[in-house]
Amino acid sequence: MRNFLKVLCFSLLVIGLFAGYSNYGIPQIEPAPPPVEEKLELGAMTMDKFIALGERLYNGKGTCTLCHNPTGGRAPQLESAATVASERMQDSRYQGTASTVVEYLYESMVEPSAYVVAGFGKAGSNDSESPMPDVSAGGIGLSDAELKAIIAYLQDLAGTDVTVSIPTDAAPAEAEEKTAEPPPAPRAALDTPDALIAKFTCGACHKVAGQVGAIGPDLTTIGATRDKAYLRRSLLDPNADVAEGFMAGMMPNIYGTQMSAAELEMLVDYLAGLK
Amino acid sequence: MMIKPPASNGKTRRVRKAGLVVFCLGLLLGVLALSLPGLDSGIAHAAELADTGADTATYQPAPKLTAADYPTIKGVNSRIAVWLAAQLHLWFAAFVLAVPIFVFIIEAIGMGTRDKRYDNMAYEFIKVSITAYSFTAILGGLLTFLLVLFYPHLFQYMSSIFKESMFYYALLFFLESATLYLYYYGWHWLQGGFRKWVHLSLGLLLNAVGTLLMFLANAWVTFMMSPAGVDPAGVFSGDAWAAIHNFLWNPINIHRVIANIAYGGSIVGAYAAFKFLSARKSEQRAHYDWMGYNANFIAISALLPLPFAGYYLTAEIYAYSQQMGITLMGGVFAWLFIIQAVLIGTLFLSANYYLWCGMGRSDGAVRYHKYIKYLAIVIVGAFLVWFTPHTLVLTNEELKALGGPYHKYLGPLGIMPAKNTAVNIMILFTTLSFIFYRRANKVATVSWASAGNAIQIALFTAGILNIFFLGVYHGYFTNTVYKVAASIPQVLTTLTIIVTSTAIDAFMYRGAKQVAPLHWGRVSDRSQYALFLLAVAFTWLMGLMGYIRSGIRQHWHVTNVFRDASPDAFTPGLGYAANVVSVGTILFMAMVIFVFWIADVSSRKTAADAYWKTPPA
Ligand code: HEC
Ligand code: HEC
Repeated sequence: MRNFLKVLCFSLLVIGLFAGYSNYGIPQIEPAPPPVEEKLELGAMTMDKFIALGERLYNGKGTCTLCHNPTGGRAPQLESAATVASERMQDSRYQGTASTVVEYLYESMVEPSAYVVAGFGKAGSNDSESPMPDVSAGGIGLSDAELKAIIAYLQDLAGTDVTVSIPTDAAPAEAEEKTAEPPPAPRAALDTPDALIAKFTCGACHKVAGQVGAIGPDLTTIGATRDKAYLRRSLLDPNADVAEGFMAGMMPNIYGTQMSAAELEMLVDYLAGLK
Repeated sequence: MMIKPPASNGKTRRVRKAGLVVFCLGLLLGVLALSLPGLDSGIAHAAELADTGADTATYQPAPKLTAADYPTIKGVNSRIAVWLAAQLHLWFAAFVLAVPIFVFIIEAIGMGTRDKRYDNMAYEFIKVSITAYSFTAILGGLLTFLLVLFYPHLFQYMSSIFKESMFYYALLFFLESATLYLYYYGWHWLQGGFRKWVHLSLGLLLNAVGTLLMFLANAWVTFMMSPAGVDPAGVFSGDAWAAIHNFLWNPINIHRVIANIAYGGSIVGAYAAFKFLSARKSEQRAHYDWMGYNANFIAISALLPLPFAGYYLTAEIYAYSQQMGITLMGGVFAWLFIIQAVLIGTLFLSANYYLWCGMGRSDGAVRYHKYIKYLAIVIVGAFLVWFTPHTLVLTNEELKALGGPYHKYLGPLGIMPAKNTAVNIMILFTTLSFIFYRRANKVATVSWASAGNAIQIALFTAGILNIFFLGVYHGYFTNTVYKVAASIPQVLTTLTIIVTSTAIDAFMYRGAKQVAPLHWGRVSDRSQYALFLLAVAFTWLMGLMGYIRSGIRQHWHVTNVFRDASPDAFTPGLGYAANVVSVGTILFMAMVIFVFWIADVSSRKTAADAYWKTPPA
């Protein structure tokens, strides 16, 4: 019995160590939740919005960045995809039927093997077969409108004219990735202004709390000239009033979403007290 | 090679070889038999349907479900319930499928050497697995029940495609049970001459049927990962063989057979260790020490090729779908491989530790003591390289700042060559440990012994240099798209060294002089804990890898064909998964303790003479 207990304790300890390591020894990354179906409002779409939609799809639902990213070397970079398209269509290895840039990009996505960028083909296929999936099918399942949005984005990215047109038939319910990014992990609330300022690196731009940033106004006596309402607004909507001598658009417009109301108020109180 | 008991003769090796050949042939026959009666009629049936144009009516596309289509029971998390039932079923199944494989081999060795101890050991192994077999069946039933209960649409879809194979699975299961019971209960009846051959053939049949069973179940599992025989909407073409023989079927088959053997070895090792610790008599200690040693040997022999089977599987996953491959190795699962490295490192370290402790059984081992510390240093060093993530500071916050989990430092692909090098070195040094252990009690008598030693040293040195060169070259001077494939020359080097040096050793120590008889039982109690560690780590590791195998499907029941719309469709994070796996491991351990205890109880007798009436004379 003694042996039995010893072995039991030993085994439980081992299991505990493994579990502990998996929980605390490595960063806990929450996998992105499954994509949610959402309606696409094509009627009221401007080209800017269409490009923005394309960008979101590119980074999210389309999972393009899984392969098309600068570090993995698994797929070509697409910054100039729209500019090199005409060269590609001239290439002797080109198997497709596209005659315009838009058609070429469209084809690249739904029939990737029509042209395989040299060096990126499936192993052993001698660049005749693309490892890229048909993104209109299967697991990715982009719709026609979504593919066009991505083309708009790619053309914009390459700095060329966007020649793809926004589809008008606000046809069936299209899917859009709502939660491309993993939802922000609930962060423990910070309880001192100093902690907040450190966390949100205000000191990189401002002289405040012992730090000496010089991109934005000096905040060491800000409470003497600004009231709480003003300060709150300058955090929530930095461009509402732009401090004299400074450029608009420099101060990040993120604090309204990234701080809790309690944190924001604490910070405002703190700033108002700096006299 | 298993350590021969002192009184063995030269026939061992031949018989062992013959056993293996017979075994492989049997497997082959089994696989052929599978495709004949069952599936062909299935295919023919489907072809008929196609002729009459009725197939579209027969086979529906995969259903598009909503959360409401999944029955729920208050207070029960259906996914965790299915997860645990599946994992427990798998652990037991792996165990009961593996045991007959090596029982068969051990029985054959016993027949060749006519050494009864092998027969006794084989019998004891199978005895342990017999209760486990009932558990496997019960848990399989539970799993099916839970699937039907919580995932009725998925179950229906799967069975519409696999109805034939499910039916033959059930039939085979009966055959398996019948064979197993005959094999076990007939052990003492089928002894001597011809009868022993009949018994051995039963063992072969048992293995063939068991392996087939697993292959069938693997087909269902791999179909969910890499569906074949269905169109993009999930409409089944009617070709059952295509669905079974899907892209990942064979890679998983191979991986599981090898892993099962390693796993089965580790579990019976734990059994022997426990019996060793509780044994009072010295001959019992000797017996269980010997049994534990052999179990460990089995586990390690299968553990050595396992990483290679793993690479093959990974490479095939990439080949099937680059997207799935990157999800596996470059995304959120990347850290899982760090945990995996820790666990495999644990396995290697404990197996080596056990070997080193085991050298105490020999009086000749002192000659090798001085090398042990270097082996230990290298193995621990390789282990550290292996599990060190490329960046230790990447927190969740930083990850988000970098724009998602697919960061360059995180994908172990980028640093794979360094890790591959470490793994290969670890495997080679484990081989060295083993060679030392084997030599510990012997003195080579062949004339070319020193030349042989020199060759082996040269072989190891050249091989290790080559592995380092390849690692550095691929790691820092190339930009291969498929870094997984870059490990192949390293693996080949390792394999060459293992095979060649074992062969040289075998010849060199042919007819070698024994220093003194091996003292079975002369090992520390502490060494036995290495066997427990092996079993626990193995169980946990299998659970973890089960999670990722299933997890890379993400929110799909059947990849890209049948979406999981249940509230549990999310991919669980690593901590969450580790906790489920830990709970599963504890449940499994509790059941295994029961299994061992029952095996023990069956041989106990309580004298209660006064209780019974004395029969009238
Ligand atoms: C699984 C990896 C993978 C994913 C996901 C992926 N691609 Fe690709 N893509 C590749 C590879 C590899 C190539 C190069 C081979 C080829 O030309 O087909 C490529 C080529 C391309 C090309 C042609 C580039 C050229 O210069 O001709 C375009 C355009 C493209 N991808 C767009 C996309 C878009 C848009 C997405 C997301 C909707 C996407 N890809 C998703 C792997 C991927
Ligand atoms: C990237 C640099 C940057 C960061 C980081 C930054 N700011 Fe600013 N901030 C600016 C600039 C530039 C201005 C002036 C232009 C404007 O008003 O939008 C400014 C303006 C302000 C003002 C208004 C000053 C006035 O006199 O009108 C306040 C208050 C302020 N910042 C507080 C903060 C706090 C608190 C943080 C941290 C939570 C922070 N800022 C982070 C750049 C930054």
